[in-house]
Amino acid sequence: TSAVMAAVCGRGLLAPLGARLRGGPRPPLRFVAAAAAPLYDVVVSGGGMVGSAMAAVLGHDIHFRDKKIALLEAGPRKEYERVPDSYSNRVSSISPGSATLLSSFGAWDHVCSLRLKPFRRMQVWDACSEAMIVFEKDDLDDMGYIVENDVIMSALTKQLDAVADRVEVFYGSRAVGYTWPLPSHSCDTSPWVQIQLADGRRLQTKLLIGADGHNSVVRKEAEIKNIEHRYDQSAVVATLHLSEATDNNVAWQRFLPTGPIALLPLSDTASSLVWSTSHEHASELLAMDEESFVDSINSAFWSNVNHSDFIDTAGAMFRSAISLLKPSGSAVRQLPPSVAKVDPESRAMFPLGMGHATQYVQHRVALIGDAAHRVHPLAGQGVNLGFGDIACLAHHLSAAAFNGSDLGSLKHLLKFETERQRHNVSLIAAIDVLKRLYSTRLAPLVLLRTWGLQATNALPPVKVRI
Amino acid sequence: SPISAGLKDQSWFHDIQLSLFRLTVKRLYSTSHSSVDSKEMKKFQLLAHKWWDEEGEYSALHSMNDIRVPFIRDTLLNMSSNYHLGNPLSGVKILDVGCGGGLLSEPLGRLGALVTGIDPLEDNIRTADQHKSFDPVLAKRIQYKSSSLEEIVEECMETFDVIVASEVVEHVADLEMFIKCCSQVLKPGGSLFITTINKTQLSYILGIVVAEKIIGIVPEGTHEWEKFVPPEELERLLESNGFSVKTVNGMLYNPLSGSWSWMENTSVNYAMHAVKCGAQGQSSPAGTLSEMEGEQPSATAGMAM
Repeated sequence: TSAVMAAVCGRGLLAPLGARLRGGPRPPLRFVAAAAAPLYDVVVSGGGMVGSAMAAVLGHDIHFRDKKIALLEAGPRKEYERVPDSYSNRVSSISPGSATLLSSFGAWDHVCSLRLKPFRRMQVWDACSEAMIVFEKDDLDDMGYIVENDVIMSALTKQLDAVADRVEVFYGSRAVGYTWPLPSHSCDTSPWVQIQLADGRRLQTKLLIGADGHNSVVRKEAEIKNIEHRYDQSAVVATLHLSEATDNNVAWQRFLPTGPIALLPLSDTASSLVWSTSHEHASELLAMDEESFVDSINSAFWSNVNHSDFIDTAGAMFRSAISLLKPSGSAVRQLPPSVAKVDPESRAMFPLGMGHATQYVQHRVALIGDAAHRVHPLAGQGVNLGFGDIACLAHHLSAAAFNGSDLGSLKHLLKFETERQRHNVSLIAAIDVLKRLYSTRLAPLVLLRTWGLQATNALPPVKVRI
Repeated sequence: SPISAGLKDQSWFHDIQLSLFRLTVKRLYSTSHSSVDSKEMKKFQLLAHKWWDEEGEYSALHSMNDIRVPFIRDTLLNMSSNYHLGNPLSGVKILDVGCGGGLLSEPLGRLGALVTGIDPLEDNIRTADQHKSFDPVLAKRIQYKSSSLEEIVEECMETFDVIVASEVVEHVADLEMFIKCCSQVLKPGGSLFITTINKTQLSYILGIVVAEKIIGIVPEGTHEWEKFVPPEELERLLESNGFSVKTVNGMLYNPLSGSWSWMENTSVNYAMHAVKCGAQGQSSPAGTLSEMEGEQPSATAGMAM
């Protein structure tokens, strides 16, 4: 088939790419072909939430008015005029910072007009003890929003349409090969990044932004080392219906020894499930009938089978000690809602892992989103880190464009990398540590995290930080 | 010329006559009245291909763009009322004198300006031309020419809105003539931007001893302290040749971070913005005359206004 042919041609090109341009003359044929390929100022590879948002932010930037941007997406165009009645099982927790970014180019209004659920409170607790931590803002502001990924994509597609004169979106297009320029190019080699698409088309760009997910081709082709680790966990997602309608503005998460289970509010009667657990358990959950599935969820949230007397006593002692020092230091424990049924066809699972690229940038290349860093969903941070990358990179690119600089220059790309690595590394490490800490029943560690959680709950400054 | 009038059908003869005439004139200029110093040219010849290595010999000039481009851009934006979104310098005709490899011409071109870059060294022009050729937008907006400033005066009278002479005046042989030529090719009310090095003890220590000999951020032998220009002297020459100096700012280079910043003190590097008096009249000739009279009575005689 032509797709196979195209893939083979792509592979064929990749072999000489290995001999790359850190040395050696370039075959003249490539130069001739490159001369004809359209030149863009920025190409974003990967049209997911992060890639599309990046292209949209640049497209709406005043200093990019006369620039040409391209977005490459392998899948089809995603948009809907009105939301379907059922909820999608892939949702994201959007932080207020991310909401601000999305509203800066008009996408948040579309999200609000489609569907979203704000939450005011987050209750996180341990299965092995009574320890609990509650996050909420003193002012009655929303802590975050639960939004279906499809809704975000639809809003982004609309805003990309609004700047179609600047941003060209290539749907159904996958990049199969990249050719990198020499940092300080000599006479006959093109200084731009060459991109080969699966259908044989070629593009050139002054800056390539890789937003192509945790298996990023851009990152691999650029030979950027990635520190990665597969967790022995998969996440099970589903759309659940609650036993009774409630305000449902609290996000619940309980750390079980096998992994955290989270209930994210979608509406007064529905919530989204994200249950990270072992691969075997995840497959069981998918295979079991709906009633058993619902029972497992309720038992996961309500049962105290993992408690041990020792831990309970130690925890209670610590709690009374805290209440002597700080009377308001332990919050009221709310009870999570109980689940009545699950949406048929809404159960799915995907494997979990952690990853961090050692470099986010290279000459004419930048990585954002999961291509740069991949985290466990336990903290609901994944896409928010990606949106944070966008805000930072767009800020630096906008300033560079206003200074007439070459957009692919490492000078401002390194500033983006430093800022984001500084922010991301500690958060990613903390999430990884939490994941490991909560994956055990061993008494000393349970005690440690119990006291730690109780202490954190009592200390306002630490909570605000989080 | 009388020869061409009588030989209309022998235009080739006319052409030869004209080029011989130009050649003679050129020779006359190059010995005593040119602003180009051939010794200076030799120094830059060796480094013609190093311009675009951002981490190489010219790294300090690359990072100087971070302050000189915003300086030029913002000054011009403040002076004009139109602003084209995405193209702040749209339609502005700029002459980049001593453009070298085009380090400053390219950012100005990206901001929308129509740039003519001139440099007496052909190798520099070749490097600049080749570098811009890959970007179709820049290739259209920027023209490079291997030439000295005097050589283009005739064809370019009052052509440019802006002249930029960055890190150039410390290399010219006759500064006053350079300034006169700038005035001739600039439109009345047009802007002249100069960045250069002050002639002080500090600039000798930092600009030559440290920069060239110790750290090596400037190739050795690039600068001669004798040719450095104090801002007072530059201001005097400008004001006595039809310019009104608007801004003088000191510049500081941090070799550890490789970045430039502005400072009050002009003892080492500085930037100056001056406007050619004229139709758009920034300052009245009478006012300038009375200021000058107090300081240097002899210089005011025969001043062109």
